[in-house]
Amino acid sequence: MSVISKDTTFLGYRRENGRIGVRNHVIVLPLDDLSNAAAEAVAHNIKGALAIPHPYGRLQFGADLELHFRTLIGAGCNPNVAAVVVIGIEDGWTKKVVDGIAATGKPVVGYGIEGHGDHDTILRASKSAREFVQWASEKQREVCPISELWVSTKCGESDTTSGCGANPTVGNAFDKLYETGNTLVFGETSEITGGEQIVAQRCRTPEVRERFMFMFNRYQDMINRHKTTDLSESQPTKGNIAGGLTTIEEKALGNIQKIGRKCLVDGVIDKAEVPSGPGLWFMDSSSAAAEMVTLCAASGYAVHFFPTGQGNVIGNPILPVIKICANPRTVRLMGEHIDVDTSGLLQREISLEQAGDQLLGCMLRTANGRLTAAEALGHREFVLTRLYESA
Amino acid sequence: MIHFVLHDAKDTVAVVVVENVKAGMELNGWIMDEDKSASILARQDIPIGHKVALQDMEPGDTVWKYGIDMGKVVAPIKAGEHAHVHNIKTKRW
Repeated sequence: MSVISKDTTFLGYRRENGRIGVRNHVIVLPLDDLSNAAAEAVAHNIKGALAIPHPYGRLQFGADLELHFRTLIGAGCNPNVAAVVVIGIEDGWTKKVVDGIAATGKPVVGYGIEGHGDHDTILRASKSAREFVQWASEKQREVCPISELWVSTKCGESDTTSGCGANPTVGNAFDKLYETGNTLVFGETSEITGGEQIVAQRCRTPEVRERFMFMFNRYQDMINRHKTTDLSESQPTKGNIAGGLTTIEEKALGNIQKIGRKCLVDGVIDKAEVPSGPGLWFMDSSSAAAEMVTLCAASGYAVHFFPTGQGNVIGNPILPVIKICANPRTVRLMGEHIDVDTSGLLQREISLEQAGDQLLGCMLRTANGRLTAAEALGHREFVLTRLYESA
Repeated sequence: MIHFVLHDAKDTVAVVVVENVKAGMELNGWIMDEDKSASILARQDIPIGHKVALQDMEPGDTVWKYGIDMGKVVAPIKAGEHAHVHNIKTKRW
């Protein structure tokens, strides 16, 4: 019997819009690169406020700009976030992010720097951040059904042990979470290459299959437009190759072990879009770790499963990243980064059922408040996906 | 001890899952999907996570893993040899 059933509960924070978070962050969110300094100053002033710096937000346009807004608004709306202070160089776009987050009903305020300067902006934003932090610190966790936990997955610095051990562990956990009615997501569009027909066969309806293949082919077209080689050393990466992965097909076949054997793909979303119901979703996304995990955070996911082979050290400021590893060498050399060691799988010391349960046990403890290795180590990679050059 | 694993009995390569596999070692394998055993004599040193060829292959042959096409052979490979980027390439891109 699995460690989870429909009756399983966890302790989460219920937000104004009904979504459940497992962290209680007050974030200081810069609209653009120019506002990072003020955001970091506010987080330095106010203990418990977390700045999320990033390098973009100027002169973007079209779909790339829409994705920028969708990602920032999505991060602010994430249920792991209690309240948000937005800082931008000017008021217009700052207000757009504030209004997007305010739709959830959570406390949010924005400040534009132009006409005030950093000092005055930091002063006013710090006052708001202090109020938010003290308000958020009184929030209590409450008992929530497991189905309300949104779980995302993406693997990184994969090697062949990922496909044999760590990824099937996630797949086993996803099969079980699918049964309990959770909202799940996977993606990494380029990294499905060689396994796209397997994913297509797992789509619930012809419409979903068509949408998946549209996203897959759109990404292939982009690669074919820009490639100068067969992408050797980019996909698979140098790290993948050092770990024994030879071709993109091999990497993809290992990658898609993460969607298990039973769950069907119920829907397809574009980058940073919010799924409209429970089930397994495919999100069109980059396969670069921090970009994909940031998109998952922006889509509203509360816990992330990150299998690794060679030892990717990624974290995220608002989405707890649980690392799973089946490579005994990586577990020995980089143990401080690994939350769930499933290397016993490859010696038949534990079964896949047991490995999946081990991960689900770690997921529940993480949801209840235990810090992941990446959180304890201070990994807060927040990386925005760009679609093309700025204007 | 399990030295290598493969997913499907059809696979022509398998993954070394322990450190210190040296040329001349008799390797024990596990076919995961069928829970059966296999064995092969290592002809070369093979690092953990890297693949061992389970049969002789010629350029142009398809390489099978997970029971599925994972690329093509670009240099001759003997059973028991290290199978990687020096003798296998993608069929994509």
